[in-house]
Amino acid sequence: MKIAIPVNENDVKTTVCPSFGRTPYFLIYNTETRESSFLNNSAAASQGGAGILAAQTLVDQQVESVLTPRCGKNAADVLQAAQVKLYRTMNDSIEDNLTAFQAKALSPLAEIHPGFHNHGGK
Amino acid sequence: MKIAVLSGKGGTGKTLVSVNLASVADTCSYMDCDVEEPNGNFFFKPKEVKEKKVSVCIPVFDNTKCTGCRKCVDFCKFNALAYIKDRVFIFEEVCHSCGGCVLLCPEDAVSEKKKVIGTLEAGVSEQVHVHTGTMKTGEVSGVPIIKEMLENPLTPKDAMTFIDCPPGSACIVMESIKDVDFCVLVAEPTVFGVHNLSMVYELVKLFKKPHGVILNKCMDAENPAEAYCLEHRIPILGRIPFDKELGALNSDAKIVSRESEKYHSLFSSLLQNIMKEVAQ
Repeated sequence: MKIAIPVNENDVKTTVCPSFGRTPYFLIYNTETRESSFLNNSAAASQGGAGILAAQTLVDQQVESVLTPRCGKNAADVLQAAQVKLYRTMNDSIEDNLTAFQAKALSPLAEIHPGFHNHGGK
Repeated sequence: MKIAVLSGKGGTGKTLVSVNLASVADTCSYMDCDVEEPNGNFFFKPKEVKEKKVSVCIPVFDNTKCTGCRKCVDFCKFNALAYIKDRVFIFEEVCHSCGGCVLLCPEDAVSEKKKVIGTLEAGVSEQVHVHTGTMKTGEVSGVPIIKEMLENPLTPKDAMTFIDCPPGSACIVMESIKDVDFCVLVAEPTVFGVHNLSMVYELVKLFKKPHGVILNKCMDAENPAEAYCLEHRIPILGRIPFDKELGALNSDAKIVSRESEKYHSLFSSLLQNIMKEVAQ
């Protein structure tokens, strides 16, 4: 199964990015092969609808689970329509979250925020 | 002649200025483009009000015709479309009604439906045709309402139009000023006022619009907004004093220039100064 995490850099020492739609990269981890790769999030530069495009990109990559600190409503709608499961990250560490995910210790992301739509971004 | 009144934030005095300029002018139109919170009609209390709805077009997808080529999804600059599990999802609040998806679809699977986003009203108050645009709560952009009000007003166009702009300097303000002949910037005598003035000053420069400043709430103390105008060589059209009588009338939703000879002459001279600047 492929899982995705929004991350700050395309480097193994990277950390979880607090934004889903406008994260610079996604870490894509394959639980069977244990391989990870970085996906450049082209949605980060879009004027609007970044969450929708980012979610579409992950769905197209056949990602089945997303580990993220938070997620906006539009992105969640796309992911849920594609039956992608959302889990809340426990901290900033990629390793901790991957370990916890595989131990089934991460809780589902319950609160979906209405989206910042460029008002709370940088 | 179209004159827009703008300021960087709410509460500076745009409505006071535009309502009173319209009241001292001859037959004219007043357009309240502050579609999120229109309040010019509270002052004018227009009669014989006509109303019409404003709608935008939203795409509708026929899933039996869609082959999943995703041309529409890839085209949509606003990311209002997603293609999930053999069907297109539309996010209506993200859609800018450009119609691109309808044009592009090779299978003719996309049609459009109308979505009402607000209303236009027009009535009469003495010699002023009062136009009000109101956006429905929860809608995201008032631009289509402003466009409709300015391009297809409910009453015949008058020679003179005063446009009461929304606060700030975003798209809706740009839509309000794009065809005007002159911009009146209203400024408060504070450092914060200067910040707001500078935002709209940048905007009118970008749009290459002739402009001038009305200094509102003037007191005897130092006026940072005035200093800013002098520094940037922005014409000062006039001053409105910080004055209890004016404040009381205005907060009672009275049109000060209709209530008192003193304010009638104040706004008449402001309008004359604007006309002089326009003539230059």
